[in-house]
Amino acid sequence: MDFLSYFISGISLGSIYAIIALGYTMVYGIAKMLNFAHGDVIMVGGYMSFMATTNFGWPPLLSVLFAMVVCTVLGILIEQLAYKPLRAAPSLAVLITAIGVSYFLQNAALLIWSANPKSFSSIVPFDSLRLFGGKLIISGTTIVTIIVCIVIISALNTIVNKTKVGKAMRAVSEDKDAAQLMGVSVNKTISITFAIGSALAAIAGVLLCSAYPILMPTTGAMPGIKAFTAAVFGGIGSIPGAFLGGILLGIIEILGKAYVSTQLSDAIVFAVLIIILLVKPTGLLGKKVLVKV
Amino acid sequence: MNAAKEKTIMVPLPSQAIIPERDAAKKPILEVHRLGINFGGLVAVEDFNIAVGRTEICGLIGPNGAGKTTIFNLLTKVYKPTSGAILLDGKDTANMNTVQINRAGIARTFQNIRLFRSLSVEDNVKIGLHNEVRYSMGTGILRLPKFFKSERRARERAMELLDIFDMTHLASHRAGSLPYGAQRRLEFVRALATNPKVLLLDEPAAGMNPSETEELMSNIEKIRDRFQIAIVLIEHDMRLVMGICEGIAVINYGKIIAKGTPEEIQANPLVIEAYLGKKKGDEAC
Amino acid sequence: MRRLRLRPSTDNLLTYGLVIVAYIVIRILIASGNISSALQGQLVPITAYIVMAISLNLTVGVLGELSLGHAGFMSVGAFTGVITATLLSTFADTTSLEWLSLALGMPWLRLALAMLFGGTMAGIFGFLIGVPVLRLHGDYLAIVTLAFGEIIKNVMNVIYIGCDANGILRISAVSANDLQLSEGGKIILSGPMGAIGITKISSFTAGFILILITLFVVLNLINSRAGRAIKAVRDDKIAAESVGISTWRYRMMAFVTSATLAGAAGALYALNYSTVVARKFDFNTSILILVFVVLGGMGNIRGSIIAATVLTVLPEVLRAFNEVRMLAYAVILILVMLIRNNSTLRRLFRRNGRNGAMRKKNLLNGGKGDEA
Repeated sequence: MDFLSYFISGISLGSIYAIIALGYTMVYGIAKMLNFAHGDVIMVGGYMSFMATTNFGWPPLLSVLFAMVVCTVLGILIEQLAYKPLRAAPSLAVLITAIGVSYFLQNAALLIWSANPKSFSSIVPFDSLRLFGGKLIISGTTIVTIIVCIVIISALNTIVNKTKVGKAMRAVSEDKDAAQLMGVSVNKTISITFAIGSALAAIAGVLLCSAYPILMPTTGAMPGIKAFTAAVFGGIGSIPGAFLGGILLGIIEILGKAYVSTQLSDAIVFAVLIIILLVKPTGLLGKKVLVKV
Repeated sequence: MNAAKEKTIMVPLPSQAIIPERDAAKKPILEVHRLGINFGGLVAVEDFNIAVGRTEICGLIGPNGAGKTTIFNLLTKVYKPTSGAILLDGKDTANMNTVQINRAGIARTFQNIRLFRSLSVEDNVKIGLHNEVRYSMGTGILRLPKFFKSERRARERAMELLDIFDMTHLASHRAGSLPYGAQRRLEFVRALATNPKVLLLDEPAAGMNPSETEELMSNIEKIRDRFQIAIVLIEHDMRLVMGICEGIAVINYGKIIAKGTPEEIQANPLVIEAYLGKKKGDEAC
Repeated sequence: MRRLRLRPSTDNLLTYGLVIVAYIVIRILIASGNISSALQGQLVPITAYIVMAISLNLTVGVLGELSLGHAGFMSVGAFTGVITATLLSTFADTTSLEWLSLALGMPWLRLALAMLFGGTMAGIFGFLIGVPVLRLHGDYLAIVTLAFGEIIKNVMNVIYIGCDANGILRISAVSANDLQLSEGGKIILSGPMGAIGITKISSFTAGFILILITLFVVLNLINSRAGRAIKAVRDDKIAAESVGISTWRYRMMAFVTSATLAGAAGALYALNYSTVVARKFDFNTSILILVFVVLGGMGNIRGSIIAATVLTVLPEVLRAFNEVRMLAYAVILILVMLIRNNSTLRRLFRRNGRNGAMRKKNLLNGGKGDEA
């Protein structure tokens, strides 16, 4: 029963990673850049929801919407101001800029909300689910997280594969210049991608803080790195890959914590990543790229 | 072109490949038997057989996408062949990788020029000399006497090679900043610096004007004569191919459709149909 | 067409000169008491960061592969260095050979050996990690270096190492008590508490000498046959193989050299404090050093030195504006990257004349510059 319980929390944590990883993977697939500031957008989402519920007294659902709106605007702003001027720059330059943005968000949060951790109260109003006569307790947050993740993945899959925007995204991801020539607005598509990624980050932020109720300016950093790892794990650029990578990472982390060592759980996660990449160098669901000579 | 030059007489080998008469006394430098590759079911090259004489200039022609560059990639093990054998100087190359192939004596240029763009022209050639002028990492870091001696020799050799193409004055320029034609020539020099027995040139005249092409043709022959090496070239410029190649293989859809001397190729109806099209014997790009 | 800049030898002399002059100036400032104690405390860390930046530049700028776990090698070097130094001083106390006891009693010798062993151990780790890492390229390579950096940090966090009175090492992954040290034994590494009770033996002069050695190794390597091969692999792997250069060999050579130097810097750094925790060498430190390299210019060794110095001193200088200094740091970082890499913005800021701008573009655009 313990195992089942750990397994379910693993899936729940993995769902959060998956939602964050989606942001990484979509931005990477379309803009070909590692948006290191993505993790900090999560943190901003958490603070927004926190402010909305504690300071303004808004209902939970409205606070999530508020966080999503703020993060979407923030994501588009970051893209326009910091990344768009660097479309033609070497990828390392963009990476360093993203790191700069990440520092900026963390330190701005530090100034606004101070380093003192805020205790976040879960926005999920449901009670825990008791199964097998109370032997297995699943918290409402866990259930909501998993459901939200599934809904998001299916919605995103539909958007990317069935809609016109999705078609534009796939075209830009394949070949930016050719897409431009075919009349796809590359800039608009990239902005939309950032908007979607940031809105998802807001949701992930709220869910993360609901499950682990401590909110600090650095809250997003480690989940950001792990979600990035999850994206690479599943094959960066692939939406099902981000889902699979996120879930697996969450399960490995929780089981590692439970059965091996709390302190070494991160090391286990990263070790599994390394092994996967050595066996499949482009991740679980990544495409193999043939170098043209 | 080369009207005064004597025509090479081509003689058949037991394997039915033809090589120049002057090379016939020795075994061919490069023999390829039933070479083939498929990329996940797509057959890119199939049943490719040629033999190249020790000092032969051999042409590989065919329409775009016929598989010519793929053959170069197979010969240099950039791609692993799925079938067939490549014998270099009689030795099987089956277990060699790209690096070992070069050390064994095959050097190449690339269709979409691959220079070490951020480095100087001189350094590009010196990198070609990597396996000729050797000293260890420690010698280099500690600046032992051997370092200075070897570096001096590398420099002399590099200048010597650059001089063939009158490029010594460009030695300190960045390779990536050279004009297109000079970049092609530099790639040629770099390949030559590895001291090959067989030199593979992938579209050496691409982007050159007629007078540059003319010069390139005489340079290719000059290099063959001076270094006594075999040269295999892929080229779309028919004046160059017919002017300097002694044996020609025509490829279409990954298969050889004709082999022979320039005259035979020009007269072959299959070739005319597949490749030369309406404008017979002229440039077909 | 463009000629390359200065001859490498002239350019290198300039780099050595800069370091030596800076050292002399700082020595004079210290002697005349014109340097704040806060800054004086930063001198050894600055030298360690300079060595870190130069060594990372070998991987990122010269080899052209992004490493996000460079601090991991610093960590290995740091803890190996601390253990070595502690063992040596224990040994000095217990040995019956008087000359050995005397020799090991000298802090600089212990420091030199600690840096040597720290570097060697980090180099061994570099090789072991390089075997899997160097099978990958680009972003995937980057994420795996990040993963290794995190693994090293996590593992260091749970290891307990002590030595008993006879200088015999005991290792445990459980707790300090599990070491079962006898009377007179000493805990060197205490899990999450890090290395404790370190005798501070690092000095600014030692750091200066390490910088000179690093420069000697890296600059001479870059401007030699092996260095050319490394740069060839960076510029075009397929072309490098086609001229008979083993990409594996030279990628490994650069990676291991880089790790070794980082290990030596780690030992220098750790032996400057009485305690050092593994968390100090985390992802953020790796990124910090990467920022030094990129801002200083990829492949530009002198740039790394200057960037590491300025960016370590800058937060100290900005301490007056404590509240906003890290924010300002972030803004400066973003602006510098934008100005440097966006042609429109660059034109706005171009003022060094044609030559300066060319050089800037060449060296600092995060692309592949010419080596210093």
